[in-house]
Amino acid sequence: MTTVSAERLAKIFVEVADTLVDEFDLVEFLQMLADHAAGLVDASAVGILLADQNGRLQFMAASDESAKLLELFQIQNQEGPCLDAFNTATPVINADLRTAGARWPLFGPRAAASGFLSVHAFPLRLRNELIGAMNVFGTSVTAVLDAADVQVVQALADVAAIGLLQERAISRGEILTEQLQAALNSRIIIEQAKGAIAQAQGVTVDVAFTVIRAYARSTNSRLVDVAQLIVTDLASIPALAQPTEPV
Amino acid sequence: MADEVPEAADGSDASSPSAIGVMGGLRKMCETAARTLLASGVGMSVMVGNGVRGLATASDAATERVEELQFTLGEGPCIDAFASRRPVLMPDLEDGGLRRWPVYASAVQELGIRAVFAFPMQVGAARLGVLDVFRRRPGALSPKELSEALTLADLAVVTLLDGHDRASPADGLDGAVERRAELFQAQGMVMVQLGSTIAEAMTRIRAYAFASDRRLDDVAADIVARRLTFDRDHP
Repeated sequence: MTTVSAERLAKIFVEVADTLVDEFDLVEFLQMLADHAAGLVDASAVGILLADQNGRLQFMAASDESAKLLELFQIQNQEGPCLDAFNTATPVINADLRTAGARWPLFGPRAAASGFLSVHAFPLRLRNELIGAMNVFGTSVTAVLDAADVQVVQALADVAAIGLLQERAISRGEILTEQLQAALNSRIIIEQAKGAIAQAQGVTVDVAFTVIRAYARSTNSRLVDVAQLIVTDLASIPALAQPTEPV
Repeated sequence: MADEVPEAADGSDASSPSAIGVMGGLRKMCETAARTLLASGVGMSVMVGNGVRGLATASDAATERVEELQFTLGEGPCIDAFASRRPVLMPDLEDGGLRRWPVYASAVQELGIRAVFAFPMQVGAARLGVLDVFRRRPGALSPKELSEALTLADLAVVTLLDGHDRASPADGLDGAVERRAELFQAQGMVMVQLGSTIAEAMTRIRAYAFASDRRLDDVAADIVARRLTFDRDHP
């Protein structure tokens, strides 16, 4: 069955194209892709990982907290569909989490316990280089991807990879490395900012992320720029720098 | 604000014993890096203030002068890498370098340098300096060399944060620069708890973990769960 709506797909690709020509923020871009990709398949969640210079996958974006935790769980335990997709450069399609205990003894039960029933993973490729992987989690048994769906989601994964090349006309491998390193560091800045806001406002780090994103949107700023300012000069953003509640 | 470095590398304390120890440790790393990366020289600039000044060290005296050159000229890959927070890889200065840094590129080419690779020494918003790799022949770094250079930049960060040369490449990087999201969140929290910079928060967390013989991961988990808070005096 085809679960991807053509209308929805068209909207996504327009927004993707719009992001690529606009002031570019890779982390925000990947976040947007994760959010949108999650809407492609009924009631699903999406997580995106990128490889660092040592080929180790690092968390970049997820459509929700449960997907994020499952991505981190895979990294921590070095086991799961994202790692398989990355290591084999082949998509993992329609894996049934209720019977995945043999394939992923740790990840399978954990993902099932999070309420997911199916999982798919797509390698992120740029030219001939593998740069990461994208996970798609389904909560419904009917959320099965058919061949056409797989192509669409892989296309979206390919777009995510292309997003890494700010200067898309330039084919130098150096640019890719520079961009990838910048993206990995941006993710770290965002985590540091989440901690700072969590402390300053007495909220959880996840609420802090929502606060930071909302502020970035309301001020039409790039997520990473807001995060950067939070970490380097929080006092300059009175709206975010509320008095610290001792916890 | 957060672009300062812990006191050890601050220009005002450059003559203190700990600063000498740190810069000495960095110099040794440069010497090793030059051999490993088959470079004609490797230099490091520890940034002070907003990055317009740098404290330079290098694998040899000639490279140290090259390292200092970009601060004199006000342009170069090291300055760009610092400003953009990403590596700047220039495998052939004749192809693109002259356009990007007209004065700098001709100056270093006169010294026989054909390729420059600059790597920020940073963890998120904490920017401590830049590692520069110079070669007399044009050509890209291999993926392995790239990985080694990035690892060295991470080790240099750890050396600067700890104020001494505790980490060695033999320890592997896993224990040196942790990459867990929770640790970065903990850094942000402690920064606000202390009213300090992010670099100082990192130093304090590392020192606490070391002193209490606990894993950085576990300390970070306690911080994020608010079981552990820092203030100016303790822990």
